[in-house]
Amino acid sequence: MEHIVIIGNGISGVTAARHIRKMSDKRITIVSAETDFFFSRTALMYVYMGHMKFEHTQPYENWFWKKNNIELKSGFVDKVDHQSNELIFSTGETMSYDKLIIAVGSKPNKFGWPGQDLDGVMGMYHKQDLENLDKHAPNNKVCKRAVVVGGGLIGIELVEMLHSRGIPVTFLVREESFWNVVLPAGESGMINRHIKNHHIDLRLGMNLKEIISDEHGKAKAVVVQETGEVIDCDVVGLTPGVSPNIDFLKDSGIELGRGVKVNRFLETNIPNVYAIGDCAEQHEAIGLRRPIEAVWYTGRMMGETVAQTICENRVEYKPGHWFNSAKFMDIEYQTYGWVFGQPKEYEQQFHWIHEDDTKCITVSYHKETQEFLGINTFGIRMRHEVFDQWLTEKRDVDYVMQHLAEANFDPEFYKTHETEILSAYKNSQLQTA
Amino acid sequence: MSLANPEAKGISTKQKVALAIGFVGFFILALALLNTGLPNQGLFLTVSLGLITIGTILFANDAYLTKLEGIKNDGVWFKSISSRGVIGWLTGVGLTAFYVVLYFYADLLGLGTNGESNTGLVALFDPLSRLLSGNPASQWFVYGTLYTIAIIAFGYKFILKYRHNRYQQIRTVSVMFFQLGFAFLIPEFMARLNSDTFKLPYYDLKNVWPLNYYNFEQYRIDEFINAGNIGLGLLIFGVASIFIITPILTYKFGKRWYCSWVCGCGGLAETAGDSFRQLSSKKLSAWKLERWLIHTVLVFAVVMTTAVVYTYLGYDPNKYWLTKNVFLMSVAGFLTFIFVGVMIFKRKELGKDARYGAIGYFAVIMLLIGIHVFGDGGKIFFLKAETLRSSYGFMIGSIFSGVIGTGFYPILGNRAWCRFGCPMAAILGFQQRLFSKFRITTNGGQCISCGNCSTYCEMGIDVRAYAQKGENIVRSSCVGCGICSAVCPRGVLKLENDKLDGRISSNEILLGNDVNLMDYVNNK
Repeated sequence: MEHIVIIGNGISGVTAARHIRKMSDKRITIVSAETDFFFSRTALMYVYMGHMKFEHTQPYENWFWKKNNIELKSGFVDKVDHQSNELIFSTGETMSYDKLIIAVGSKPNKFGWPGQDLDGVMGMYHKQDLENLDKHAPNNKVCKRAVVVGGGLIGIELVEMLHSRGIPVTFLVREESFWNVVLPAGESGMINRHIKNHHIDLRLGMNLKEIISDEHGKAKAVVVQETGEVIDCDVVGLTPGVSPNIDFLKDSGIELGRGVKVNRFLETNIPNVYAIGDCAEQHEAIGLRRPIEAVWYTGRMMGETVAQTICENRVEYKPGHWFNSAKFMDIEYQTYGWVFGQPKEYEQQFHWIHEDDTKCITVSYHKETQEFLGINTFGIRMRHEVFDQWLTEKRDVDYVMQHLAEANFDPEFYKTHETEILSAYKNSQLQTA
Repeated sequence: MSLANPEAKGISTKQKVALAIGFVGFFILALALLNTGLPNQGLFLTVSLGLITIGTILFANDAYLTKLEGIKNDGVWFKSISSRGVIGWLTGVGLTAFYVVLYFYADLLGLGTNGESNTGLVALFDPLSRLLSGNPASQWFVYGTLYTIAIIAFGYKFILKYRHNRYQQIRTVSVMFFQLGFAFLIPEFMARLNSDTFKLPYYDLKNVWPLNYYNFEQYRIDEFINAGNIGLGLLIFGVASIFIITPILTYKFGKRWYCSWVCGCGGLAETAGDSFRQLSSKKLSAWKLERWLIHTVLVFAVVMTTAVVYTYLGYDPNKYWLTKNVFLMSVAGFLTFIFVGVMIFKRKELGKDARYGAIGYFAVIMLLIGIHVFGDGGKIFFLKAETLRSSYGFMIGSIFSGVIGTGFYPILGNRAWCRFGCPMAAILGFQQRLFSKFRITTNGGQCISCGNCSTYCEMGIDVRAYAQKGENIVRSSCVGCGICSAVCPRGVLKLENDKLDGRISSNEILLGNDVNLMDYVNNK
């Protein structure tokens, strides 16, 4: 019986395993060095915040794997020997495979800052990071201040986590406005204000110069590049993005770029070796997507796709219309299609913001053709299915604005804003006309 | 891991003061309980209930109004009260003890027996009871008052906690209204209408059989009939509630119209019990137990009620136009009608559950035949109807719904009764599963499997299991409280009433991955 080995028990690897099991009775083994069972990485923050216990982040009960005949192997893979179809573990143990799926995810970036390996300095990615954080920042007596460096999605989650335990937080963001490489100015500005409303010490346009150690090798302060200011702190969170976790594949013969190079079928240069999820790098970007997409949803989609290929139905990875979501403290964010922080030359954007400063939308459309290109929505939930359909049908922006209510997904009895949005949109059209 | 018990953030000084105020209120109740002979009971009762309410309000104000609007679950699993810690267990033991005394040793609370006047705690409530109904208080009046205060004070707290969520606010105002008006005030005022020649049974109009399993007992039927048109109207309303009103409302809105908008048990669970919702078990084994248990209680309730009605129809054939055998035949006929109808038209939706439905149906029919064959004096299989009724009242009415259902809030979560025991919930759930427009819609492929929805589902539904597959949630047990939708950080869940087509969806591949999407959308 064919043995499928999957390295990594995150969303990509587990989705692949589940779908292979649905379609076949191949032998499946999932290898992980992080945890025994699959958990939702995106939920780690809620464990620290006390919303959930760690076991609540596990989508399947522990009996699930045995019942579905999916073997779990705890161990760290040191090397892949594709000539003999073998994995070599750090313990020296080996495991042979017929087909190998690499789904090892990411690791936090470090940019060579002085002091980046001190005690009390950490990223927020693995379960071990969570344990480390809990050790160094159990409460606001042990941790009198924390500094978080890096203005992205993980950064703001870490800020929210620390804030939930009453720990004062300084948030160093390199950009002039939060996450403005992705968010248009109006949205980014609203999030800046929301962060400050939570009494977070937000420092925009500031970089980390170095982390200062105390006599025990533990972080005690950071120095700001621009001002030279020294900020005393007990914990430093480094969250300047992630990159593929592929060091163990060097010299394996598997083609690497920043990630594991794959074609549209998620196949590497070596037959019977596949890569999916955060660690996979497309030879050529698909549409407007990046070659490496470290996103929950794309990881899951690649898992669904590679399972087809492995079960003798070779299909291309064809992600549909781009979508994503996040939450910035109390403000939910969803995006469908493409809205760029720095509008492309063909792109026109309409921005509406609610007077309470916690809700806004940005609609992107083509200057000439008026085709609807995408929407960012903050504080108003919208339907994935509806936008997916409108994007496929290439609706023009007027149609979308007039039918926006159909896409509303807020709970019942919520105040609706479509009328106000539509009249603001009409005004903006009059001005541009 | 080490996260099990970090120091929970302490409570603020204002919150401590608020707690102290509330405890003074309870202290007055304790003094009354110990028969200290408080003077001016009306004043002390007002002060006591007032302090409890004010304490809760001040606590809630400081806990929620000092923060921005949003989800307020920080530290839930670190606090002793809400994570089965020492305080949680002590609260559970205290509540359980209170229920045991309330149901079985009411004299300890000071209930006057054999015509004596009340003493102790019950006597403290006499002035209020006289004001409302004109009668002295009973232990049930004491309980009803405290119950209502709890729903109103904690309802206020809940409204502040969810002040960004209008669904939660409106729903909570609704349960507060129905508790105060329908469960508490109206029955007391109705008692005022009673005289030597006219008597209505105590009737909380929003209580529907089989939740008020006693509604069709002989003494009540007699009282209804003897009370002329008003009584007859109430009796017809009682029958219509379960056979007409309930199915229509459940079809349109799901069982939530009752369970989380109207019902008193639900009202307490949603307000005072809100801090314990995360304690319900999400294991598959708990779900299996739930399905057997709740339907067994339903069968028990149906057979018990049938036997009781059958018995008194027999005592006096001239008094009631309905005869024993006609009654028994119509019960069997009605059940057969439902069973056959479901098997023919809803077979597909039922799936594997059809077998269990069949087992339940045949069990009831056999028991009905038992009533008929061994029917002398209303026996079924040599058990008297009265024995059935009293054991139902003891085991289900008192132990299950009261002692376990509420006493165990801090251990089993706030909906243990609703989930495992309530026969009304079983009927509404059956309707919701098969004949309703209600569902929780999953928003395409947006779920990140975080588990907040499952964790905070008071009914123990593993909401995430559906959401992460892009499936809508259509479960008989869902009471539609909407908290899964509220706590979802990605805007994935929405409670709604919509078309029956595509209500139960199941997708192999999630939206976002291209597998000819238009096919997917059109086939839905």
